Amino acid sequence: MSGQSKLLSEILSPLSRRMALKGSGAVLSAGAVALLGGRDALAACTKGQPGDAGSDVRILNTALGAELEAVAAYQVGAESGLLSKDVLALALAFQGHHKEHAEALAATVRKLGGQALEPKAKYSFPVDKLKNQADVLRFAAGLEKGAISAYLGAVPLFGDKALAQVAASILGDEAMHWAVLRQALGEAPVPAAFMS
Amino acid sequence: MSARLIGLLVAGLSTWSMAARAADQAEWMQRGQAVYERCQACHAIEQHRTGPAHCGLFGRKAGSAPGFEGYSAAMRQSGWVWTPATLDRFLKAPMQAMPGTSMGYAGVKDDTERAALIAWLKLATQPGRSCQLPRP
Repeated sequence: MSGQSKLLSEILSPLSRRMALKGSGAVLSAGAVALLGGRDALAACTKGQPGDAGSDVRILNTALGAELEAVAAYQVGAESGLLSKDVLALALAFQGHHKEHAEALAATVRKLGGQALEPKAKYSFPVDKLKNQADVLRFAAGLEKGAISAYLGAVPLFGDKALAQVAASILGDEAMHWAVLRQALGEAPVPAAFMS
Repeated sequence: MSARLIGLLVAGLSTWSMAARAADQAEWMQRGQAVYERCQACHAIEQHRTGPAHCGLFGRKAGSAPGFEGYSAAMRQSGWVWTPATLDRFLKAPMQAMPGTSMGYAGVKDDTERAALIAWLKLATQPGRSCQLPRP
């Protein structure tokens, strides 16, 4: 094991073990269900405001598209053969979170009377540029950072504040992913006090 | 002061000025690229993602990137052509500039950041020079 790989392993082992615990996923699922539970009333409310609901559905569907793409991107990373055991566990844990985000967003779109975006038959990623584990981590970190910015840009646009809260909840998760990936790359996990 | 010395001084100042401009330009591009990082959950230069690839953006009719099928009707029917001016208007507040767009994003509100982003995009999206168009 190279020095860098050993260092990565030391950084990631406790994280991977924690993330492998089923409880973590169960808590997130419960959280998503709780957030969505309130959407029945929300859907009923927004039916009277088709303009607002339509706009919210478009924002949610765009977020859903990005989440589905993230799931596919982590799959590419997982199947690349470039990841160590610990990093692979981490990637699969993060992919699981994105799957949960996608499920929550799709359910909300449907509850609001919209048609949830389906996964694309094929995604296009710059796989020719992924030569080693650090490349994969950097690619994933870029997607996560973009996701943080996307949710940050979506939060103030929702007609319904409850939906903004759901988006902010997902944003927090993406920010944790980004920080952990940066840490794994040997970069400052939290480089600034604010995100944009 | 001799004419030769004055000539050397002018040449020196000119070189210094060019170097300073190049450094400013590089810093400006870095700033634009950093702003673009906010876009990469949905966009890439050479691949269609949740949003269309940006290679070939300037001069392209909005909603017409070959091979991208995820456009909103609002974008397809806008009649817009992407120029620095239309990008500036759209990126400042996408949903206000083009009601019905799928780009559910509040926008790049800072004028300087937006200008840097557009300057960087202009450099990074030249087909065959700085990028390759997505394969159909």
